[in-house]
Amino acid sequence: MSVTAGAPERVDGHPPTGPDPRRRGLAERLLAVRELSLLLALAALVLVTTLRNERFLSGQSVKDLLLGCAILVILAVGQTLVIVTRNVDLSVGSILGLVAFATGSLFLAAPGTPWPVALLLGVALGALCGVVNGGLIAVAKVPALVITLGTLYAFRGVDYYWASGRQINAADMPRSFLRLGNQTVLGVPVLFLVALVVVAVVGYYLRAYRSGRELYAIGSEPAAARLSGIPVGRRVFAVFVANGALAGLAGVLYAARFGTLDAAAGTGLELQVVAAAVVGGVAIFGGSGSAYGAALGAVLLTTIGSSLAVLRIDPFWQQAVVGALILAAIGLDRLLAVRMAARLRGRSAHGA
Amino acid sequence: MSPGAPGADSAPLLVLDGVTKSFGAVAALRGVHLELHPGEAHALVGENGAGKSTLVKILAGAHAPDTGRMTLDGQPLELRGPADARAAGIAVIYQEPTLFPDLSVAENIFMGRQPLRGLRRIDTAAMNRDAERLFARLGVRIDPARPARGLSIADQQLVEIAKALSFDARILVMDEPTAALSGVEVERLFGVARSLCERGAAVLFISHRFDEVFDLCQRITVLRDGAWVSSDRAADLTVDEVVRRMVGREVSSLYPKQDAPLRDTLLEVRGLTRAGVFSDVSFSVRGGEIVALAGLVGAGRSEVARAVFGVDRYDAGEVRVAGTVLPPGSPRKAIAAGMALVPEDRRQQGLVMELSVERNATLARRRALSRLGLLLGGAERAEARRWTRRLQVKTSRLTAPVATLSGGNQQKVVLAKWLATEPRILIIDEPTRGIDVGTKAEVHRLLSELANEGLAILMISSELPEVLGMADRVLVMHEGRLVRELPRAEADETSVMFAATGQGAQA
Repeated sequence: MSVTAGAPERVDGHPPTGPDPRRRGLAERLLAVRELSLLLALAALVLVTTLRNERFLSGQSVKDLLLGCAILVILAVGQTLVIVTRNVDLSVGSILGLVAFATGSLFLAAPGTPWPVALLLGVALGALCGVVNGGLIAVAKVPALVITLGTLYAFRGVDYYWASGRQINAADMPRSFLRLGNQTVLGVPVLFLVALVVVAVVGYYLRAYRSGRELYAIGSEPAAARLSGIPVGRRVFAVFVANGALAGLAGVLYAARFGTLDAAAGTGLELQVVAAAVVGGVAIFGGSGSAYGAALGAVLLTTIGSSLAVLRIDPFWQQAVVGALILAAIGLDRLLAVRMAARLRGRSAHGA
Repeated sequence: MSPGAPGADSAPLLVLDGVTKSFGAVAALRGVHLELHPGEAHALVGENGAGKSTLVKILAGAHAPDTGRMTLDGQPLELRGPADARAAGIAVIYQEPTLFPDLSVAENIFMGRQPLRGLRRIDTAAMNRDAERLFARLGVRIDPARPARGLSIADQQLVEIAKALSFDARILVMDEPTAALSGVEVERLFGVARSLCERGAAVLFISHRFDEVFDLCQRITVLRDGAWVSSDRAADLTVDEVVRRMVGREVSSLYPKQDAPLRDTLLEVRGLTRAGVFSDVSFSVRGGEIVALAGLVGAGRSEVARAVFGVDRYDAGEVRVAGTVLPPGSPRKAIAAGMALVPEDRRQQGLVMELSVERNATLARRRALSRLGLLLGGAERAEARRWTRRLQVKTSRLTAPVATLSGGNQQKVVLAKWLATEPRILIIDEPTRGIDVGTKAEVHRLLSELANEGLAILMISSELPEVLGMADRVLVMHEGRLVRELPRAEADETSVMFAATGQGAQA
């Protein structure tokens, strides 16, 4: 039925035939196209860079790349949860900084703490920040953009007050914890594996679970979501808590990876996170996009960073290239939307 | 038991008793009584603003009634939200489709109730099959896997119907579901509604199409101004009788249009057509005249006004101002030609709520008030003071944000804004919606005065008394067409209502 555009979709008076086995949802196909085009862009980038310098694909370089993008991937996936509901969380960079410093302080105060406990505490602190965000949004009925802009500064302020100029060094943290940040399994950094698990879990949840689909419904048409009995307030609150927890996880991993921590860790990261999600095809007005796409967006942005260095392009241009990429991604979305709308209108032409 | 209603053959499934609901100072429902019986289709009719949609929202759990009680199967029923209504077996098809454009058709139907497989995952294949089966029952073919975005209005409505069907609802509420449907589709919908009735469900059907009401329903309840008027067997009623009950009220003397000398034709509209919205609309308005555009909500009145003013484009026809053709699609040129549009939705289209009264009042003529491109406070304030005084806007100070004013005073500020452009033609959409009686009278007095000064006024109104009291001529629209033109002497509640509901359009 979806074979040719413009074919009459319904023929009044005739019962519909059985489902066409070849038929696949247009949305699904476009989704695939979107993630495919990101992969192609990534491949082209790696190819061009490698042609200039074959060491770009050497084991160490790839390992650095995967290590470098893991934290951004986790944050972008969390942000996807928020953005599909037509919200945004700008406080993730500050949550990461706060949790990272808290983790360091924990090891300073109790050097014997096993790292899984530190990990859980970090995630819990992140979730607590998420509770603050979600609670304020639910109570104040103010757009998340404004609330999280406020908590961006508030969380960072707590961080600065706590640190009061101190710095925590790798020497203050247990070796087992620091290994977490650099260890590899079969050549793949553990950090990246953690990120992969997060992507897989969140991506599958958004796709295959009722509450996951409800997040899309909320972002797609909030009024209709309310009328169809979706607990909009509860879902949005949960999404901010989940995103806070993921930012907390990213904060612990940040501490493990860098070892040296001060109150400024993760400053400005939130915009990179939103950029990664948008480049990855998550519509900023909610309702569409996937965790897989956002993760690919994060990998692409990180890869651009390192390949520009290899290509000996002035770091100044790096920002401009990222900007151009965001605009290109938005332009592509717009183009796809217009073409899809035209196509769908043609398909729904009445037979009668 | 409601007076006038014949004894029912079975115990009622759902009873609403003494239900009231107010929004601010406006009473939308005043002690409404309604009984739905199993196996019966029940029609709810009434004019615009009679409270039908509010009643639907209450049944859907979207609004909580202020007072009154509901019972289901004799048990008290309290709906704290749409989810409760669903759990009680009440399915609602809204007047306007409420779909999620980004999600697939099947997901739209089954949102929150998707079929599951292991680990509580959604079984997409089963969901699409179920949707397919529902569409088969409706006899339509819509791809369940396609996104809802881009569906025609009729197809969207069919998805809504499939959604309601999928509940296996005991009570199906349909709020004007047929407006966008073709004859065949309406027949199928009725077939489905009848088969639901045969299985013991109750149907509440809201429509302005009396042929459909009498075709489907066994019982008819009439609402007027939010109050219950009557509930009768359809067999005991005629269309005439229903219309009489819908409008039956005395025309009050609140509407003092004075006769003004008629001047030259200022606004002339010829063959205006916008595909799918309105077609072949022609009329003219002379200076000193108030012409009312009457009709039901959705008849295309506001759309015509927007097209005339140039906000929306039109496909065919022309608009002339004092004999000169107005280029389409340019509100700026329309304003320059001396036209003003006071829109229906003040909050969204007429005012910048956060700005001050004086800023809003002079918003439409900043250019004329500015010197070298700068808006100087003095000129703006003087102009604002002149108009707000004439319109008797009640505000603590001119610099107060418009949002702090009452609805009636906001409406006056919108009027001031447009009158400040010194228009020759004033198009005003629902001039007194949602404002109190006192302010209403002031607005009417003002409109009458303006007509006296030679303005041509085109007024869109859903309030029949206002139309009949103010208008020199009444144009009636029905489903995108201008079906009747009634001079003041011939316009009464019945003739306007008949034309607006498509009865005797040829008469």
